This record gives sequence, C-alpha cells and structure tokens, in this order.
Amino acid sequence: MITLTIDNQKVAVEEGTTILEAAEKLGIKIPTLCYLKEINVIGACRICVVEVQGAKAFVPACVAPVAEGMVVRTNTPAVIKARKLILELILSDHPMECLTCVRNQNCELQKLAEAFGITEVRFEGEKTSYPIDDSSPAIVRDPRKCVLCRRCVSVCTNIQTVNAIQAQERGFNTLIAPAFNEKLANVECVQCGQCSLVCPTAAIHEVDDTQRVWEALADPNKHVIVQTAPATRVQVGETIGAEPGSIVTGQLVAGLRRLGFDKVFDTDFTADLTIIEEGNELLERIKTGGTLPMITSCSPGWIKFAEHFYPDLLPHLSTCKSPQQMFGALAKTYYAQKAGIDPANIFSVSIMPCTAKKYECTRPEMKSSGYQDVDVVLTSRELGRMFKQAGLDITNLPEEEYDPPLGISTGAGEIFGASGGVMEAALRTVYEVVTGKELPNINFTECRGLTGVKEATVQVGDLPVKIAITNGLGNARKVLDKIRAGEADYHFIEIMCCPGGCIGGGGSPIPTNTEIRLKRIDAVYTEDERMTLRKSHENPAVQELYKEFLEKPLGHKSHELLHTHYTKRSNYPSEEC
Amino acid sequence: MKSVDELAKIRDSRRAALKIREGVPSATEKAHIMMCGGAGCISSKCTDVVDAMKECLAKHGIADQVKIILTGCMGPCDMGPVAIIYPDATFYRRLRVKDAEAIVEEHILKGNPVQRLLYRSPGAKEPTRCVHDIDLFKKQKKIVLRNNFYIDPTSIEDYIARDGYAALAKALTEMQPAEIIEEVKKSGLRGRGGAGFSTGMKWGFTAAAKGSPKYVVCNGDEGDPGAFMDRSVLEGDPHSIIEGMAICGRAIGAEQGYVYVRAEYPLAIERLSHAIEEARKYGLLGKDIFGTGFNFDIEIRIGAGAFVCGEETALLHSIEGKRGEPRPRPPFPANAGVWGKPTVLNNVETWANIPEIILKGADWFASIGTEKSKGTKVFALAGRINNTGIVEVPMGTTLREIVYEIGGGIPRKKNFKAVQTGGPSGGCIPAEYLDTPVDYDSLGALGAIMGSGGMIVMDEDTCMVDIAKFFIDFCVDESCGKCSPCRIGTKRMLEILERITNGEGREGDIELLEELAKTIKSTALCGLGQTAPNPVLSTIRYFRHEYEEHIKECKCRSGVCELKKE
Repeated sequence: MITLTIDNQKVAVEEGTTILEAAEKLGIKIPTLCYLKEINVIGACRICVVEVQGAKAFVPACVAPVAEGMVVRTNTPAVIKARKLILELILSDHPMECLTCVRNQNCELQKLAEAFGITEVRFEGEKTSYPIDDSSPAIVRDPRKCVLCRRCVSVCTNIQTVNAIQAQERGFNTLIAPAFNEKLANVECVQCGQCSLVCPTAAIHEVDDTQRVWEALADPNKHVIVQTAPATRVQVGETIGAEPGSIVTGQLVAGLRRLGFDKVFDTDFTADLTIIEEGNELLERIKTGGTLPMITSCSPGWIKFAEHFYPDLLPHLSTCKSPQQMFGALAKTYYAQKAGIDPANIFSVSIMPCTAKKYECTRPEMKSSGYQDVDVVLTSRELGRMFKQAGLDITNLPEEEYDPPLGISTGAGEIFGASGGVMEAALRTVYEVVTGKELPNINFTECRGLTGVKEATVQVGDLPVKIAITNGLGNARKVLDKIRAGEADYHFIEIMCCPGGCIGGGGSPIPTNTEIRLKRIDAVYTEDERMTLRKSHENPAVQELYKEFLEKPLGHKSHELLHTHYTKRSNYPSEEC
Repeated sequence: MKSVDELAKIRDSRRAALKIREGVPSATEKAHIMMCGGAGCISSKCTDVVDAMKECLAKHGIADQVKIILTGCMGPCDMGPVAIIYPDATFYRRLRVKDAEAIVEEHILKGNPVQRLLYRSPGAKEPTRCVHDIDLFKKQKKIVLRNNFYIDPTSIEDYIARDGYAALAKALTEMQPAEIIEEVKKSGLRGRGGAGFSTGMKWGFTAAAKGSPKYVVCNGDEGDPGAFMDRSVLEGDPHSIIEGMAICGRAIGAEQGYVYVRAEYPLAIERLSHAIEEARKYGLLGKDIFGTGFNFDIEIRIGAGAFVCGEETALLHSIEGKRGEPRPRPPFPANAGVWGKPTVLNNVETWANIPEIILKGADWFASIGTEKSKGTKVFALAGRINNTGIVEVPMGTTLREIVYEIGGGIPRKKNFKAVQTGGPSGGCIPAEYLDTPVDYDSLGALGAIMGSGGMIVMDEDTCMVDIAKFFIDFCVDESCGKCSPCRIGTKRMLEILERITNGEGREGDIELLEELAKTIKSTALCGLGQTAPNPVLSTIRYFRHEYEEHIKECKCRSGVCELKKE
C-alpha cells in the first residue's frame, strides 16, 4: 500500500492507483474531460492537472500513479487558474452553439464551463472548420464540436477493435476521422455508435430521425405502428431523469399511444419468433451436418463486422433476420392482411437502443414485404427527445398494455436485451422441443453477466450442447479467431456487438457505463421474472402466426420473410471486392 | 572476426596504411585528399571537384599515389566544399571544379599550397595553411567528431584504425555490465538530446528494470531548425553509434537496437546502413561478438517527417508503427519502452561519446568540461555569424568564445543582439550574458536550454518579436495535437504574435502571452509543448521593450515587421 496526502488528507491506496482514483477515495472529484474510466486513460485534455509537491510542472491526475509520501493539492488558485485557461482554450475552438446543440444540457464540456464559471473567452482566432460528415444513416460526425478527447478512438480501437476512426493530420488541424478523411459510410465502421455513447460533446451523435416520425404521425393517410426493442423499456426512463435500471414498460406503451401511434407493438414478439426459427435452424444444422458453430444474427453491428472482418465465417451466421427486421417484414404482410390495411399506407417505426439498426433497416435486402420493411428507427435517446417535445413525463403515466397480436411476448423475448439473453431464450426452447420435457430450471445463469466471453456446456437430451457468448466486438474476435483456427467445437455462439448487449447499445441514453449497464441488466431479468410466459414456444401469438400464416418454422414463407443473406464487404472504398 | 586479437591485427595494419593522415609522409603515396562529404559540401558539388581532381591526377599519371576520400562533415559549412590534404594537413575552402588543377599541379606535385584557397581568419592579414593552426578549429575539442577529419565513413577499417571497436572489445572482454554502467555514470555524461539527464543513471534504471527482452534505441530524429549535429555524426562516423549502442546492449542485457533517423537525412541513412552491413560482415554485430557469446544487432527505422517524433515516447510509438504521439510519463522508457519493454533511448551525440568514455576512462572524460556538465558539446552555428557550421567545444566555453573566436563574429560589422540556443524549445540570450559558460545549468538559468545544440546568432537587424513568432509558428506546425494546451494554446500565441507584428497589437497582449506561456509550460503533455513557449518568454524577458514598441508605437526597430499604421 502507498500512503499519500491529498488536500491535507492522508489516504492509503494500492500501488499503481492514479491520483484521480486516490482522490475519489477521499470523496474529492477532480474534474476531467478526456478521461473515461477503463476506456480512455491518456492524459490528453489536461483539465485534471493537480499540484504535486516537488514536481516541476502540474501533473495530470488521471494518468499519474501515486507515490509514497506524495503531497497533492487539487484545488489551489494556480491549479484552478490553469484549468480555467485550458477550458477557455478548448472553448475558443468550439462552435458555442449550445442552445441549438443535440447535447445541450447533457454535455460534459458545457458542465465544466459552468462549473468553472467561464464567462468570457479571450481568444477569437481560427476555429476548426472541417465539414460535418452525415454520410452514414446512423452516425453524424461534427468535427467542429470535437474536443479531441479520443474516447471514440479508444472505444472503436480497443473495445470494438474496428479501428474505423483515428487521429488524422496534426496540431491544430487534428481531426478524428476514418483514414484519409474518408466518409464514415464508406469505411469499415459497423455503425455500432459506441463512439456516440462516449463522446463528451456532440462531435459524434446519432442521426436524428424524429422529424420524419412526427410527420408520419401527423399524416392522416398513414397507419403508424411502432415496435419497441427489449432493452428500451429499461432505458427510456433515464432520458427523462428516471434512475438507471428503471423499468418503464407500461408507461412507454402509454407514452407512445399519446404521441399518436396507431398501434404499439413489441419487438419481443419477433424475438420469440426468432427463437423458433433460429432454434430450428440450429437443430437442423446439427441433424444434417450443416456449418457449425452457428452464430446468432440479431445484432446488425456484429453482422457488418463479420462482413468486413470475417467474411470467410459468414456461413456460420444464422440466416435469421434480426427481430426488428422480422417484425418489419411481418407488419407489412401478416399484420396488414389481418388488419385489412394497405401495406403501402403502413409506416413502421422501431424504438431501438441501437444506432446500427438505423443502418440495418436501409439494407437493400430488407424489403421482403415489397416495401421498406421498417421505415424509421429511433434510438432510445431520440424517443426521449420526442417525449420531451410532447411534454410527456412518461414516468407519471399509467401503465398500458401492448396491442395484440404483434405486442404479445414472453420473458424469453425480453431477455434478448442483455448479453446471453438470446442464448438463454434459445436453450429454454431447444431443451423442451428436443426432450419433450419441461425444463426443471428455466434460469440459465451461466449465460448472464458482463463477462466478455462466457462458455458453457448444456445437456439437451443426449446432446451436450457447447455454447459461447460474447459481448463487445473485441471479445467476439477472440472466439471468431478460434473458429478460424479450427479450435472451436461450440454448437452455438451468441455474439452481441455492444458491451453488455443491447442494454449498452450505441443508441442508449447518455451516460452509459459499467454500473449503469449492470443496473439495466438487473432490470431485464426482473422483467423476465414478472412475465407469466417465459418461453418463446409458449407465445400464443407466435403459435397463431404459424397456424394462420407461416405454416411451419423454416418453411417457405419463413424463408421469404424471415431469413436473409450476407455480403462480403471491403474496408476501404478503393478495395472493392 | 571472432577475437580481440583479430581486431588488433586489422587496426595495426590499417593504421600503418593511414600514417599519412597523422602527418607522416609516405614512401608510396603523395597525399590523401580528405574532401568533406557532409550533406552541405555535397550540395555545393564537392563530388564534381573530386571528379575533376581524379581526372587531373590521371592526366599526370599519379592517380595511384593520391587517395581522395569523402569524409563526414568537417564543420565550416558556409566555406564548402572544404578539404584537408595530408600529410601536411592543409585546409582548403570554397573549392570549385576549376581549382582541381591548381591543387594537383601546385600542391600535390610541387608542394606549394594554393594561397587563394586557404582560409583567412576574420581580421587576419595572412591566411593560415594548416588546419591545426586555424583559430576556428584550435578552440574546439573533438570527442564526438573525433574521426571526421580522418576517416572514410564507408570504411569500417578506417574506423578500426582509429581504435574503433576497441571500446566494445574492452566492454565485452574486460568489464562486467555493472562496471560499464558505473563507468558511464562516473564520466558525468548527460543526455545530449537536450534535457541533460545522466546517461549512466538511465542505463542503470533500464538494467534494473523487470522485463525482457530489453532494447537500445538511438534518437536520430534531429529536427530543430538549423541544427545538424547528429547528421554530421551519422554521416561522418556511423560506426561510433553502432559501437556505443552495442556497449550499452552489453551493459543492460539487450540484443536488439533501433536507430530512428528522420527521412530527410538520406545520406545519413545510406552511410549508417552501409556501416551496419559492414559491422555484421566483420562479426561486430550479430551473434557471438568477439567469441564472447554476446549477441547484438541493429535495425534502422526511418521517420516520416514529424518533429515531435524526436520526443522519446512519440519516437517509440513511431518505431512500433503507430502514430508518432507522446504519451504521459511515467512509465519511462527505462521501464516501458519499445513494445512496452525496458529500453535505453539516447541521442546520436550521446552514443558517439560512449566508445571514448569506455576506452579512455570516466576520469579522462570527467576532466573535460564544468563541474556538472562534462565533456564537449557539438553546436550548429547559424544565423548572423561569419563561420556557420558545426563546432565541438568543451562544456564551459563561453558564448562569447563561440560567437567571436570560433564563429568569427558578426558579419558586416553589425552589432550582436542575441543568441538562441535549443531551437524552438530554447530561449534567446542577450549580449549582457555573452560571458556565460555553456553548460546545462547556466543556460537553463537564463531561460534558455542547452537543447540538442542549435545555436542561432542574431544581430541588430533581427526583430525579437518576429523571432518569437517564427519559433511558435514552428511549434504550431509540429504540435501533434494530442493535448489541448499545446494544440490550441500555441495556436493562440501565434495569433497574438501575428497581430502584434502586423501593428494590431493590443494593450494586455504581452500579459496574455505570458499567461498562456506559463500555463502551456506547466500543463502540456510532453517536452515539445512544455518548452514551446520558451522563445516567447525569453524574448519578453530580455526584449520586452521591443514588444511594447510594436504595440504602443507601431514600431519595429529592426525594420522587419510591416506594421499597419492607423
């Protein structure tokens, strides 16, 4: 243990602890900007500088390790003056469009400026003026608002191992962008939006599609329906100030009705359907010697990642569309038919914790209804914005029920929102389908939690089913490389693009961090426990769907509407394959 | 070569052949013409002069009695091409193709020095013939550049003849690793890259650090404007770097070295590559050197033009193929260097000192220089001074001696105004401090730094505000952009200096510059940022009146700035 003094208080911490962490232990919060726990610890912004006795210059608390006998002062006039000048410098290269900014009141730079009482910026020189990159259907880059904290780069490089964005140019001209300042839409960016989740300002944010939805809602000729992703009901509350992990399912439904949606449906319904299709696909592959291990295909960021980086493994991917796209295809066929509505007049909206879903719905193969299956995807953040605009504090609304038939679901669909959920839901069904017996214990706890790579063997009848579950693309690589090396004897792998699964998706409320992810995961399983039905094959609406429309799993109609194919993609525009 | 004896044999036979360069006339050879082949003389076409000389020698049938050797940089670049002719050590300057005939016919054949090509010290009536008698050289002491007058940098045997690799032999066969480190510590050698950290201590930390393998790195990313000390060493005596690094490899337990050279030094890269190949051929790099079981090899890494890659952590990133950006220290390279492994990183000039220290001993080295700054320092003299070029002087030599006695003073009888040491990280020292001895601590006390050895002399026609602007402009261009104080702060300083030099300066601008400068110095991430404000601070310190004249009177006393008058 190392003993040091911070602001006249003694503290003992382990060797290797930073000054910032040691101060936190004493309840002293040193201000930071570029720092992001466990993700970005690079000492770039210099806001966290402190005085260390004997040091020639100020010391950045976020990266400086403690030393025995160190004497630290965190808030001397000199330190505060230095921080203020650094802030003033950062602001001198910032557009100052706070009132018209998507991150207004949820901006770390704004908060710092307020905390330090910056009332004047004395420097009026050149400002960064790179153009906005809105080439992607999901993510907007606005380099003018970038403070070059590099959190996005760290997340993209270290957590997701995509490396789509890096520092380009140097000095005052430094820019975070794809190599050669290529447009985001043209490179290997998987649209996961983890960058937008960690950006302290609005330099990277989701494409805002709320206006399109407002317009559709106001159009008397449109039948506007909405689906809500499993994770959204444990997220949307946060956008209006509820505690992380608050479950707002019923209020969410009520709020959406008040916004004017004609039908409020649930992606959980097609999550259950996914289990039936994907479960049968797995059994079929095992039976017929198909490509194994089979890998889940619910996560569009993961799909694009596989297409760019592991095209040789595409045959391993389940051909099932994601629940969002299954829903989209059925809404404009099955539902339209059943409700007697011309699918041309159906406007299908989905609420997702995800930016990649915005990209997914624009993929050319996602038009199997004859129309674009899902018209608009809104992230949890955008829906929060719509509620605010409508003056709806959904936490105070009465709980309401989803509309049948596409709003009927089970706990198995609900847990899709957390890493391991798809696997657990599949096991619940596959076990009973294969053995014909009821599961003695429905909770596969080995599937749950934030661990990057989870592995287990589950006895299903005579067959020991070997499974693996990963979250975050860096963790996916570990398992994918094993498959490539021929060292993976799994049957079934669940891969989720984002850390923690969809509850930590790139469209989640900001902030999203490990603690908040854990709270949302708890909420997901609480929701599961509350459901009367917790196995996908017991979903009566799904059973009815097969009876009335699809006939059987993996049948002709299923293939037409619920299954898809994948495309090998190059990483740079010049590298067409 | 597998033994120290073999090295001695090569040394002895080669030394006999090169006696002529020590002033001993030869029975078979008339002369050795050492033509400066530094980058400066090459650009002033010294190779054409060589060709003309060869032609002339052939015409007179004495081609086999005269050797012409392209050496490394001899120093006085503004007089180039220069040459020394042995055995009588005659120094010629400003050689042109048309002079070849006179050299051959008068000097070589008849023994009459060509008077018009000799050097005349400023103020002297008569020229001085012998290089050893010329003031410019007499005041110098050559340790780092010990071989540049004498050897062909492409010949390993020339280097061996000058006791090359004898220090490595000693280190491998007579010394324990700890003794080597102790010897370097005792010598008092401090890092010549500019910061002046004790080289021996650095080696000691790396030797003691946990982790394996360990690495030895040479920083040859010399980038200060007007500085070319390291280039002179790399071009003129590449084996001294290889030998120094190998000795360190032995001391810290490393088997791999990297030399990081900027891409703008093609000749240095060519000569160093050649030297590495020769050293391998002679068994002085590679496996089982001198049969001692010690393995060591070196690879060259070429920079891509970023000044900041001279900063050690940025350089390490660049070696690894990453964007050349500094990272916070600790951990220091001694604990986490290349590929995260313990690494000794020294500058070219530092490495060149090592073989001499090992061979002649720490006491010999420590007898040169001042109490806290030992040995010599190489400077690149530039600006308003008669003898621009490379000089090597003992630590403690005063600025006045360098500027007036070695540098030959200021041209056109102008008044000296200031000397800038340490390039963009350094400071401007005014006339009243000309008697300051050059050492790390004295220069630091004046708000300048020793730096890597750039020394720019300014006369009364230099505007000090303009100079500050020039250096800040350089730092703005070269900032990596990682930390906000350097990225934005230096830019804002430049903008303020631009308006001052445009005649649009405002009351309070000097104070704003000072506030920015102090904050950047105390908060920037790396050495580049922390020292970038030095030229501004030192010019405000010593020449505040010039700033005030620009702002209040719209006047530039040197007539450099075009001020918009209202």
